[in-house]
Amino acid sequence: MDELDRVMHYLAKLPGLGPRSARRAVLHMLRKREVLMRPLADALGAAAEAVRDCSVCGNLDASDPCHICRDDSRDASVICVVEDVGDVWALERAGAFKGRYHVLGGLLSALDGVGPDDLNLDGLIARSGAPEVKEVILAMDATVDGQTTAHYISDRLAGLDVSITRLARGVPVGGELDFLDDGTLTQALKARRAL
Amino acid sequence: MEWTDEGIVLSVRPHGESAAIVTLMTEAHGRHAGLMRGGASARHKGMLQPGNTVRAVWQARLAEQLGSYSLELDESHAADLFDDPLKLSGLAAACAVADRALPEREPHPAVHAGLQALIHAMRNEELGDLWVAVYVRWELGVLAELGYGLDLTSCAATGTNDELAYVSPRTGRAVSLSAGEPYRDKMLAMPDFLIGRGDGAMADLLKGLDLTGHFLEKHLFNTQGEQSPASRTRFRDRIESSTSPDMIG
Repeated sequence: MDELDRVMHYLAKLPGLGPRSARRAVLHMLRKREVLMRPLADALGAAAEAVRDCSVCGNLDASDPCHICRDDSRDASVICVVEDVGDVWALERAGAFKGRYHVLGGLLSALDGVGPDDLNLDGLIARSGAPEVKEVILAMDATVDGQTTAHYISDRLAGLDVSITRLARGVPVGGELDFLDDGTLTQALKARRAL
Repeated sequence: MEWTDEGIVLSVRPHGESAAIVTLMTEAHGRHAGLMRGGASARHKGMLQPGNTVRAVWQARLAEQLGSYSLELDESHAADLFDDPLKLSGLAAACAVADRALPEREPHPAVHAGLQALIHAMRNEELGDLWVAVYVRWELGVLAELGYGLDLTSCAATGTNDELAYVSPRTGRAVSLSAGEPYRDKMLAMPDFLIGRGDGAMADLLKGLDLTGHFLEKHLFNTQGEQSPASRTRFRDRIESSTSPDMIG
């Protein structure tokens, strides 16, 4: 396998890319060797060396603890528990949450053989027991696995002096009732509030 | 090859980037898997939750092929149970048991009907905890459908139906209090609600779960070199913790 084939082989393993799109990407990079390919290679190498799991929350960052855990301006009394680092990025993008995070690294799943020991739970329990923590938000997916995990964590945290909350479920922004599935409508009705 | 059927979603495995292999408990075609293009997308995630009922069209060139599904949501049950940890764990357990215990492509309309009845019992708030008894009876039905039915009508030793207190872990037959007393350490406890006694207390329902769990493991899961599905174990633990508030997890 020559150098080109190797690049295409690894690129084709990325989400959203297949052999054809990997070929196109390699061709594009070769045409912009100095402005794109070399900087990209350098950036990939540097990221592979520097990025690691945050020992506090499980986030990915070039420093440990991560920049969110080190940020003193963030509210240390609220921990938002998410499944994956992608969820941290989504919440940060929204800019609506100013507390700390905890990344579980997955969800309980009988099908995939993921049990409590496979999740970053011990760290969460230790952090939730700290005196400054007042609320733990369980921001799991609105799926059977997500909610099963949320209930499991809720049980594990039951003895601690923290309030346990979850994200609301219902009509999304821009959603039309006619196009919503029955489950979402049921949840939205259950979670209705006075105007 | 093409058929249309009603199905209950049992499990969904991602396949490639956007497709998913969906396993349904169908009415006329039993536990049946098929490829659903786009099944791993966020658009279909709501529909493909375990316990939801769907209208399924299955197509393949040959009958023995995996084939592809085109699915339309009929009723969304799972979302209605999200806030009830016990019911949610019961739903996950029932789907996992059906997924693991039933042979593929073998029609078991009674198991399908039982699972549907169980899900409706879970959603019926007026029934309270009675749905757990329905769950145990559904598992007994699964065992019976697969040829491992329990005989709880009369004592295996004396033939009488008085004071049935145990179930033989080997034969699955009821045993009376007097006949089973010398072997009480080895016997399984007879749940009162299965012989028309008691008020369906959680402790009694737990006995029922342990009873069906023993025979599911013995006849179905252990023969495949596996243990009970983790979701069933978690469901059982939840029932146990609800009988003794000190036990959590």
